Amino acid sequence: MPAATRRSGGRGGRGPALALAALRRLAGMATTLLVTSFLVFSSLYLAPGDPVSFLVKGRSPSPQELDTIREQYGFNDPFPVRYWHWLEGVLQGDFGRSYLFHQGVGDVVWSRLPASLLLIGVSMLLIAVFGVGAGIVGALRRGTWADSTVLLMVTVGAAVPSFVAAILLRSVFGVQLGWFPTFGNGEGALDRLHHVVLPAIALSVTFTALVTRVTRTAMLDELRREHVEVALSRGIPRRSVIRRHVLRNALGPIVTVSALLVSGMLVSTALVETAFGMAGVGSLLVQAVSQQDFQVVQAIVLLVVAAFVLINALVDLLYPLIDPRVAAQGSAR
Amino acid sequence: MALLDIDALSVTLPGMARPILDRIELTVAAGETVALVGESGSGKSVTARAALGLFPAGADLAGRVRVEDIDLVGADAARLREVRTGIAAMIFQDPRAGISPVRRIGDFLTEALRLVGGWSRARADARAAELLAAVGLPDPERHLRQFPHEMSGGMLQRVMIAAALCGEPRLLLCDEPTTALDVATQAEILALLGRLRRERDLGLLLITHDIELAAASCDRIYVMYAGRIVETATADELFARPRHPYTAGLLGSSPPQEGPLTRLAPIPGAPMSLLESATGCAFAPRCRFAEPGRCDQAPPVLEPHGAGRVACHRADELEPPVLAHLAPDSEDR
Repeated sequence: MPAATRRSGGRGGRGPALALAALRRLAGMATTLLVTSFLVFSSLYLAPGDPVSFLVKGRSPSPQELDTIREQYGFNDPFPVRYWHWLEGVLQGDFGRSYLFHQGVGDVVWSRLPASLLLIGVSMLLIAVFGVGAGIVGALRRGTWADSTVLLMVTVGAAVPSFVAAILLRSVFGVQLGWFPTFGNGEGALDRLHHVVLPAIALSVTFTALVTRVTRTAMLDELRREHVEVALSRGIPRRSVIRRHVLRNALGPIVTVSALLVSGMLVSTALVETAFGMAGVGSLLVQAVSQQDFQVVQAIVLLVVAAFVLINALVDLLYPLIDPRVAAQGSAR
Repeated sequence: MALLDIDALSVTLPGMARPILDRIELTVAAGETVALVGESGSGKSVTARAALGLFPAGADLAGRVRVEDIDLVGADAARLREVRTGIAAMIFQDPRAGISPVRRIGDFLTEALRLVGGWSRARADARAAELLAAVGLPDPERHLRQFPHEMSGGMLQRVMIAAALCGEPRLLLCDEPTTALDVATQAEILALLGRLRRERDLGLLLITHDIELAAASCDRIYVMYAGRIVETATADELFARPRHPYTAGLLGSSPPQEGPLTRLAPIPGAPMSLLESATGCAFAPRCRFAEPGRCDQAPPVLEPHGAGRVACHRADELEPPVLAHLAPDSEDR
């Protein structure tokens, strides 16, 4: 590639360009969320079942009573009107009321958030440490028994769904060995951590395998590059070359893939939290879906999409630090 | 005493039909410019890398490579580092591939000084700026803060040369230093290398496939074919009276630097791959002087002939006038 066309314009014009890129980025995020909100809202109304039947569960109401409920919850309004009312509320931070908990949806989700964040946080740590670690070992010991072990674990790990891992871990380390609790969130910091160990492992197995594979491949790619040979030819110790050149330059693909995995992780929390009886946002989603608590489902799906969009925006924002060739001009990516 | 003394160096990779290098002999003295000429895959680059103790992974080595009396075959990491940081340095073909794209030029230049030499940042930066000025870059302070993609290929090759000069080497290995550059820049880089050699009394090993360039800028020339040195002589001698048919072929197939442009005479056939082996002279299948019964005998060894040394079974009979018939204007072309 000719150097001139890639030059990012070191002098003037960078500030406004950056601001414009940020604005464009924000507009894009807002559009994504808007479209998602519409899809989420409409798809739930297409789903079988009627929220009214849940609200009157256990009783057989008269048609008049049913009508009153429908009127009260606005079920009689035309679809666009209902969507607009809901959107208005959401924009003001009001996600409606949960039929199931008789509380504001915001409060219900909010109270479950810390447990899920802890689970996701610990899982990400495990994925980063073991995924990247195993990938490095595989790449540096390529073709040895260590590499074969890593590859075998990657194949197995990628093939094990998180709920299967959850069941296995529970029965072995929870029930048979009794090392870890098998149910609930726990009380107090240490107990909570103790409770989150098995769920976090279950959640991270598949993603660790994927990160390992990406790390190994990216490292092997970088090891073949000429700048690595140049660094070695200059007498820089191999260990430093691995750290400063190979791993550093392999960071781009690793970070990109990790950001993409986050969405999958958020969805998998539903299975893992349910399997371990944890009261988190994921298990709340399962509960809300099965009980047709639409307002809660909508709020959680929107939250997940928002988290995904935010993380991707963050990665894009940080990417120029990882690879300076990618100028911070949103349009380029 | 020779700065670089390669003696009967053989490099063999398992699974290959013939050695990558076969009993290479080559010396470079201080202040001398020596060229190593050959086609792609002839082993020129492997030979140059051997002078830094960079051998292909998993290769079997025989013979000696001495740089200022340090034997690099089987040398430990500390010895290799001593040579690479203080005695010999290499300039690579493609500076854009040879400099990590994610680090600043200053970082690249000072890496060895700071990591191996333990220099302070300020001292290393000052030294790097000094070196950039020495290789003719006008604004060293600014270049130190630039990323590789913000500089042109010619500028980057100067950076590469500056990096090579970091440890005050006495031997400079240049692996096709101008191949990736445009013609005007090529001349500048060659002039720069010549100036540095004179100023610092460097021994220069220039690796090139361009025999005209070698003849014009070097004191002595080694010609390589299929992992062997087939001829060596002073540049003038080799250019005026090539004794090996391959050398003559190379001269006949490159455009003359002076006089009218005549038709070029390509060497028929293709170079031997590492998967092919020959029982006799490796060049025999492409040689118009090959004689059945002689040239398919054990490969010829480098023997004194005239003012140089040649490895050819028929060196006695093929006097320079015979080879002159290879010249472009001979009657049968």
